[in-house]
Amino acid sequence: MKTIDSIKNLILNKKITVENLIKKIFEDIETRDKEINSFITLSKTKALEKAAFLDKKLSNGEPVGELFGIPIAIKDNINVKNERMTCASKILENFRSPYNATVIEKLEKEDAIIIGKTNMDEFAMGSSTETSYFGITKNPLDLSRVPGGSSGGSAASVSADFVPLALGSDTGGSIRQPASFCGVYGLKPTYGTVSRYGLVAFASSLDQIGPFTNSIDDMAKILNIISGYDEKDSTSINIKVPNFIEELKNIDIKNKTIGIPDEFFKEGLDNEIKNIIFEKIEFLEKNGAIIKKISLPHTEYSVSTYYIVASSEASANLARFDGVKYGFREKNIKNLLEEYTKTRSIGFGNEVKRRIMLGTFSLSSGYYDAYYKKAQKVRNLIKQDFVNAFKEVDFIITPTSPSIAFKIGEKISDPLSMYLSDIYTISVNLAGIPAISIPVGKNSNSMPIGMQIIGNYFKEAEILNISKFLEFNK
Amino acid sequence: MLTIKDVEKVASLARLKLTDKEKEMFLTQLDNILSYIEKLNEIKTDDVLEFKMEGFDNQNFMRPDEVKNYNFHEDLMKNAPSTDGKFLKVKKVIE
Repeated sequence: MKTIDSIKNLILNKKITVENLIKKIFEDIETRDKEINSFITLSKTKALEKAAFLDKKLSNGEPVGELFGIPIAIKDNINVKNERMTCASKILENFRSPYNATVIEKLEKEDAIIIGKTNMDEFAMGSSTETSYFGITKNPLDLSRVPGGSSGGSAASVSADFVPLALGSDTGGSIRQPASFCGVYGLKPTYGTVSRYGLVAFASSLDQIGPFTNSIDDMAKILNIISGYDEKDSTSINIKVPNFIEELKNIDIKNKTIGIPDEFFKEGLDNEIKNIIFEKIEFLEKNGAIIKKISLPHTEYSVSTYYIVASSEASANLARFDGVKYGFREKNIKNLLEEYTKTRSIGFGNEVKRRIMLGTFSLSSGYYDAYYKKAQKVRNLIKQDFVNAFKEVDFIITPTSPSIAFKIGEKISDPLSMYLSDIYTISVNLAGIPAISIPVGKNSNSMPIGMQIIGNYFKEAEILNISKFLEFNK
Repeated sequence: MLTIKDVEKVASLARLKLTDKEKEMFLTQLDNILSYIEKLNEIKTDDVLEFKMEGFDNQNFMRPDEVKNYNFHEDLMKNAPSTDGKFLKVKKVIE
């Protein structure tokens, strides 16, 4: 399995040139990704140019960045300058990014190499990567199953061991759920800690960029690089970011209190998942953690609240796709209004249309109070549940998903059942707190099981600490 | 219960044009989702405040009003479906 250090050591000890390393990675992707389809666009020419540049830098004895020569995959809703960015939608089929997202600037500065743009659900709306205009992504661990979504391509690219690192975005579980389905680590940071500048907005009050990795050390390294205040993002929070690598030096779970919310272990949860999560909880208890039963009483309302809030924000954010400034435009039209409606009707897929309509409905005159305003109030109650819980506990542990990766086609025709597959991840976005999904074992079909560790606001370092303890004692 | 008329109205507000078959499909699906969402009415929220994000104390985020040169006008125009080189072109607004 590729990690940052394993690759960096090969390069810095001159066992391989960056150029040869990147060539090999593209050979691997060109062979195995035909079936998996984790990438929408490969940036081969640019990546090889950068590799040659880095080789020269190394032979000149110049200082090297933290991610020197490390290949990374980027979800196709994050702008990488001069590369195509589609959001997996026909409406952006031929869009080229005129600028870099802040996270991309930061990665480039540390000498990382962007391999390509990964597949996703269209505009990040989905839980299986089946709504992409560019075909479905398959789970590398079982090609008959979905990789999860919406960041399915990013999760698959790490799980297939094409790259050690990928970035995704998480609005209702879009990093954690695919990480769980693909057996890798995936983290959604606290809202406001990673700049959203250059991330295509889906639901602005819920979206957050985060990483996929094969190890907790790598998670700490990438988080060190991408976190921090950005004046280009008006919802970026200006607080001191800890050194996540330093914070991993003393692993200590003794006397940490772990909350187990009853509501997350009720009917609908797969038994094998339940058993393995409880094994892990017992293991933590044996090693000095204090286990406490807690209640998050508004959990059952989180999916309803989410679909109103997220769809309302999406309906406003996606109004900009009108065929005027960029993207696809239907040519056979009579007037400006038809230019908008025909372009949008042909350019967007059904899931996107469904959410735009749900959001438009929730915000429309006569329904606003009953839907949008109501949801904003319940969102506050869901947040307060967590605020109260974190007065008593350091972490909350839950399954990441009620099931393992489901079969391709199993849920796609029933939107509501798809929405319910995010039931354990959604409330975290509504509250704005951080959470990770870590692989904790496999079921009887050898499919990975993910466990979610939720922390209080800005407690990413603590989440990584307990995750590292579990990784070390796997 | 939604009606076809409701779906048509929402589609028009959202600048979407639907076929009759799509209207039927979205009617069933949206109805399904909205009846699930009805669940929220179980909670009394008269005295509940609306959600506010943690870490933002209702402050304005100001930055100096400085002119910065971005220089990607050409790149932006390259993405437009129709231009005359300098301006975006659309269909006539007023007949």
